[in-house]
Amino acid sequence: MTTPHGSYLDYRTGEPVVDTKAPDGPVAERWNRRRFEAKLVNPANRRKQTVIVVGTGLAGGAAGATLAEQGYRVVQFCYQDSPRRAHSIAAQGGINAAKNYRNDGDSVRRLFYDTVKGGDFRARESNVHRLAEVSVEIIDQCVAQGVPFAREYGGLLDTRSFGGVQVSRTFYARGQTGQQLLLGAYQALSRQIAAGNVEMHPRTEMLDLIVVDGRARGIVARDLITGRVDTHLADAVVLATGGYGNVFFLSTNAKNSNATAIWRAHRRGAYFANPCFTQIHPTCIPRSGDHQSKLTLMSESLRNDGRIWVPKERGDTRAPGDIPEDERDYYLERAYPSFGNLVPRDIASRAAKTVCDEGRGVGPGGQGVYLDFADAIARMGRPAVEAKYGNLFEMYERITAEDPYQVPMRIYPAIHYTMGGLWVDYDLQTTIPGLFAIGEANFSDHGANRLGASALMQGLADGYFILPSTLADFLARHPHDEVPADHPAVTEAVFGVTDRLYQLLSNNGDRTPDSFHRELGELLWDECGMSRSDSGLRKALDRLPALREEFWRRIKVPGSGTELNQSLEKANRVADYLELAELMCLDALHRAESCGGHFREESQTPDGEAERHDEEYTYAAAWEFTGSGAAPVLHKEHLVFHDVHPTQRSYA
Amino acid sequence: MNLTLRIWRQTGPDTEGAMTTYEVTDVSPDMSFLEMLDTLNEDLILRGEEPVAFDHDCREGICGACGMVINGNAHGPERTTTCQLHMRQFEDGDVIDIEPWRAAAFPVVKDLVVDRSAFDRIIGSGGYVTAPTGSAPEAHATPVPKAAADTAFEHAECIGCGACVAACPNGSAMLFTSAKVVHLNTLPQGGPERESRVLDMVDTMDDEGFGGCTNTGMCTTVCPKGIPMSSITTMNREYLRALRKGV
Repeated sequence: MTTPHGSYLDYRTGEPVVDTKAPDGPVAERWNRRRFEAKLVNPANRRKQTVIVVGTGLAGGAAGATLAEQGYRVVQFCYQDSPRRAHSIAAQGGINAAKNYRNDGDSVRRLFYDTVKGGDFRARESNVHRLAEVSVEIIDQCVAQGVPFAREYGGLLDTRSFGGVQVSRTFYARGQTGQQLLLGAYQALSRQIAAGNVEMHPRTEMLDLIVVDGRARGIVARDLITGRVDTHLADAVVLATGGYGNVFFLSTNAKNSNATAIWRAHRRGAYFANPCFTQIHPTCIPRSGDHQSKLTLMSESLRNDGRIWVPKERGDTRAPGDIPEDERDYYLERAYPSFGNLVPRDIASRAAKTVCDEGRGVGPGGQGVYLDFADAIARMGRPAVEAKYGNLFEMYERITAEDPYQVPMRIYPAIHYTMGGLWVDYDLQTTIPGLFAIGEANFSDHGANRLGASALMQGLADGYFILPSTLADFLARHPHDEVPADHPAVTEAVFGVTDRLYQLLSNNGDRTPDSFHRELGELLWDECGMSRSDSGLRKALDRLPALREEFWRRIKVPGSGTELNQSLEKANRVADYLELAELMCLDALHRAESCGGHFREESQTPDGEAERHDEEYTYAAAWEFTGSGAAPVLHKEHLVFHDVHPTQRSYA
Repeated sequence: MNLTLRIWRQTGPDTEGAMTTYEVTDVSPDMSFLEMLDTLNEDLILRGEEPVAFDHDCREGICGACGMVINGNAHGPERTTTCQLHMRQFEDGDVIDIEPWRAAAFPVVKDLVVDRSAFDRIIGSGGYVTAPTGSAPEAHATPVPKAAADTAFEHAECIGCGACVAACPNGSAMLFTSAKVVHLNTLPQGGPERESRVLDMVDTMDDEGFGGCTNTGMCTTVCPKGIPMSSITTMNREYLRALRKGV
């Protein structure tokens, strides 16, 4: 299973990819028009249609429940022991919706505008406008399910402003908005499971896609308890398997979140778009040592009152309290006097990396900066700070054993979200007919950068409202025969999966899956993380095939394939990360501009801002797989901006 | 620090298990408990032994996947999830016993992994509001008094980890079930199914083999999310009320 050292750099550019499902006409009427033009499936025929949904997060949970309510036969999968544990559960901040309950000038149009601009003009206008329209219905739906959003004394919903947006459109449930929205979707899904409309397979992981005559017709999945590899056939397949942030090993993702489903689909023909668009969150708790297994995010709201600084001198090992005021560098306030500590996520993140690279970082390994609340406590008093941030301070203290009321917090950026994903058209269908991708698994709505509180919105919009309409159109227009269980495409897929598992188990090398995963993560973090350069990316592209070769030569997986074997699960995922990483680096190298979360050192303004090159790069980069280790083919989807005029952002 | 771990090893649901002793060295006090187990597992793999299986995912205390009995306490000495427990709670030379959740309704799958699917079936029997997608009225059509919203939220915080069951001498799931009943029955949206919800969920809970409640309060003592004991009282009242209404 080793891959030859192909010259990945020799990629070629193929025909542009065109979104044939996008309706034209005024942007505000397109979704209505598409829905009207969509064919419907007769209610009596729906139960004869089987839809596979992989993943039970906000997108998958919402889609599975809704499709089952409409009468389709749903077969659903998640690797967790219960659909309630999908990683959407960890989202803290909130969910945006253009309700304009505050009468503060918000509208669908403004949410649309903010999202296109926030995405640094690398998202499709049609999709984003639809997202803004649907946002309003999501809140209604969730309230009806009993999601306990924060409320005012008059009994109406509370909102707050989030991520530097000037309107107050973020609905929330304390710091657990993701949990509450996910439980709403999970409960709706549970009702359908109990009613027999959804056949739920927990602790089951998708390991390949079955494509018959060019159409997605099922999946190969492994029961993680018994190790049994089975095929599941259907009329359409929906991937709601989340992002690929775990390719970096250390991220805020759940430990088992993985890219296998989307990567296997990519290998089967689905284009992968903008893999280099990854988002870094500036306020995470720094790693405490080599044992670190994941990073924990703390709400960005901390930057509203905390002041970020490092010592002026490099290698200053004094305790923060012993460093006098004039020997501290409040570098964000210094460089960005008008925005100060509230500059956008990517700028705050890069600035932290810069000062740490200069040797001025604090804490273990010098990979941290101070977030200091001393001034806030002096100004507002400790009780006010406690009321506002008490739970975050408590969480910080539990993890670090340091009291942030006494000593400044230490923070460092971490990988948090991936805007890239499977390329989908307006109907959320990939380039494989019958294969749909929703939520973070697709690339569609956030462009090069996602705004805060928009991930939950997109997951639920796709799952509750968009996919159920567009999927019906596909099923109605494309009748087909049943696939026999012994179809060559089915047996080939099963053989591929079992053969790979066998290779992992029988190798008997001397390195663990985690050791490879850590090494890959460090390489990517250094060369394809917060800032990327031509030389660094070439270095990574040179190293990756060798690392992959070493993986297949030295991997060691104990135990057997016929039982719960968590090392086998890990190794199988790392094998896919090693391939995906190469595509990420190539995408980052080919896009010689900075935009959103993608910062190329060669492309910045004199004051260090990201500089886009719209004439060359106003497109989504959709990559086609051509074989293991072989150079992929780039298909550009050219983006057109009718309604929002591209501008260069500036925070100086 | 150096520690002695005595860990429950069991290869499958139908096999006998036993405590096995391992020594771990150079444990950093900043490690989380699960990171300490990670390092043990890395060593075991390199020695050609099977690593210890345990459930975990988000490692930030919200998904509810992790959970083990540590020195006799569900989730260990602190009132938090196992993933948020750190090794600074222990001392050099400590002997730590690590076991899976013990409850008739949570059969052991392997080592420290148990089957908690009974919880999903309890939710499926009534832990929802019937509101098919698209049918919802405008969100502000029904104001919810802030006090009710706050009570609902407090109970909705349950992460379904199962520590309440593991700590209960009767293996009862009353705290888990009541948290969902109180969450939904407190809200006007949950009103129409108020009676059937509590009756069906309690029935399912009993059918799944969970024990009865004798008010020991162990459940709430170990609950990482602080679901209050009053939740059970409220559910009992709701149950009686529903019985009287004769639904």
